[in-house]
Amino acid sequence: MGLDFSVVPPFAGALFTGALWTIAITVSAAILSFFGGIVFAVIALYAPRIIRLPFRLFAWLFMGTPLLLQLFLIYFGLIQIGIDLPAFVAGVIGLGLHYTVYNSDIIQSGILAVDKGQYEGARTLGLSRMQTLRKIIVPQAVRSVIPPIGNNMIALLKDSALVSVIGVAELTLSSQMAISRTFRPFEFYVAAAACYYVINLGLEAGLRRIERRIQLAR
Amino acid sequence: MTDRPIIDIRNAAKSYGSLEVLKDISLQVKRGQIVAIIGPSGSGKSTLLRAINDLDPLTSGEVWLEDTQVNKALPTRQYEAHINAVRQNIGMVFQHFNLFPHLNVRDNITLAPKMLKGISKTEADALAVEQLNKVGLLDRIDYYPSQLSGGQKQRVAIARALAMKPKVMLFDEATSALDPELVEEVNLVMKQLAEEHMTMIIVTHEMGFAQDVCDRVLFMDQGVVVEEGPPEVIFKNPANERTRNFLRKHLKGQN
Ligand SMILES: Nc1ncnc2c1ncn2[C@@H]1O[C@H](COP(=O)(O)OP(=O)(O)OP(=O)(O)O)[C@@H](O)[C@H]1O
Ligand SMILES: [Mg+2]
Repeated sequence: MGLDFSVVPPFAGALFTGALWTIAITVSAAILSFFGGIVFAVIALYAPRIIRLPFRLFAWLFMGTPLLLQLFLIYFGLIQIGIDLPAFVAGVIGLGLHYTVYNSDIIQSGILAVDKGQYEGARTLGLSRMQTLRKIIVPQAVRSVIPPIGNNMIALLKDSALVSVIGVAELTLSSQMAISRTFRPFEFYVAAAACYYVINLGLEAGLRRIERRIQLAR
Repeated sequence: MTDRPIIDIRNAAKSYGSLEVLKDISLQVKRGQIVAIIGPSGSGKSTLLRAINDLDPLTSGEVWLEDTQVNKALPTRQYEAHINAVRQNIGMVFQHFNLFPHLNVRDNITLAPKMLKGISKTEADALAVEQLNKVGLLDRIDYYPSQLSGGQKQRVAIARALAMKPKVMLFDEATSALDPELVEEVNLVMKQLAEEHMTMIIVTHEMGFAQDVCDRVLFMDQGVVVEEGPPEVIFKNPANERTRNFLRKHLKGQN
């Protein structure tokens, strides 16, 4: 049986919808993991031990176990304790928290790399520790780590395929559904790959834009 | 009483482990006075200056800003509130400017007044314009620090400190990091402040500038004030051997 890509166009609409879900999940989880990463980083560096320890345990869990397992746990496991999340929400939380932990590591190193003079400059003006952190240190740290955070976001886009297993009809699951109707895995997986590639290009262009915008302000 | 000191340092001492960096230093600075602190590297000039706003806390001794003790022993939380309030009255200018690179010039100047004095955006902008006018950089109001020369950065840093309307200004080698041709523009701003009778404590390696601008000169060495007096005396007729040695080295090549 030869390859025949003419089987794809009839499913273009389904794939397109799947791609939109992929984008929605990726963007939502990216936003969650970005702000979550900041919060985690600040807690890891500055919170009292009693708060830091549970967060460290949490971080260790999210770094040391498979993302797939985490998604299962959030989607299927939490039902047992009465938390029944829609698949999309469970997927965003799973991906988002997973990448929160990775972003937090990067942002922590960014915070530690901010010149000590910045802290002194702010404190001598009369800003409190918290104000200095919020207005001076964190904004600079985040700007300095945009490239590695961007790499994480690209990894996040690819990992978003995993939420197909909890039934979110994103790009991967949409192509699988098309395959189950047509028995044409090669064509549809290639089509899905092409879609991921295009989304990736868009994401990279967005990241470059952000980098250019903050270029002066560093 | 107008000649009550603005800054009163009483028996300041500071050690890092067994290294005594400041040894029983007392210093009073009156309103409008301009004091230069000179001395060899490592003599404790920065440490003394930074003790004034408790950036480097003393091991013992007291620092007073008018009738408030700066380095008051307080529980952490109360101390935080206390020191933040005190520091609003003490402007500080650093060797490496410490401008906030992620904020443009306007926001560098207005951030603290907006956050700490609750002034409106309009008032803050007027304040930025006023201070930038003073340092001659109004046309750079929308620039980012990365777009400024070293001299311009330092002038913005001075404007930023002045925007808090401090009672005293501390300068820690404000021109040491600058290319020689950029030193003068910063010196001019400081001279202008002197003419406006801003109280200033200036740590400097520039003897010429100290001589021109300051009312008093302190020569420090190894954590003590070896000699102090009016610039005519310190520079032309120092009593102490160590002062003479230091000046011989540092006035060489300067007129
Ligand atoms: N954090 C620190 N830990 C240990 N020693 C320190 C610390 N900060 C300063 N010192 C020491 O204290 C002494 C005084 O330092 P200080 O910076 O006040 O000197 P300075 O007169 O300002 O010198 P310079 O002209 O080089 O700026 C030096 O011997 C320095 O090594
Ligand atoms: Mg110094």
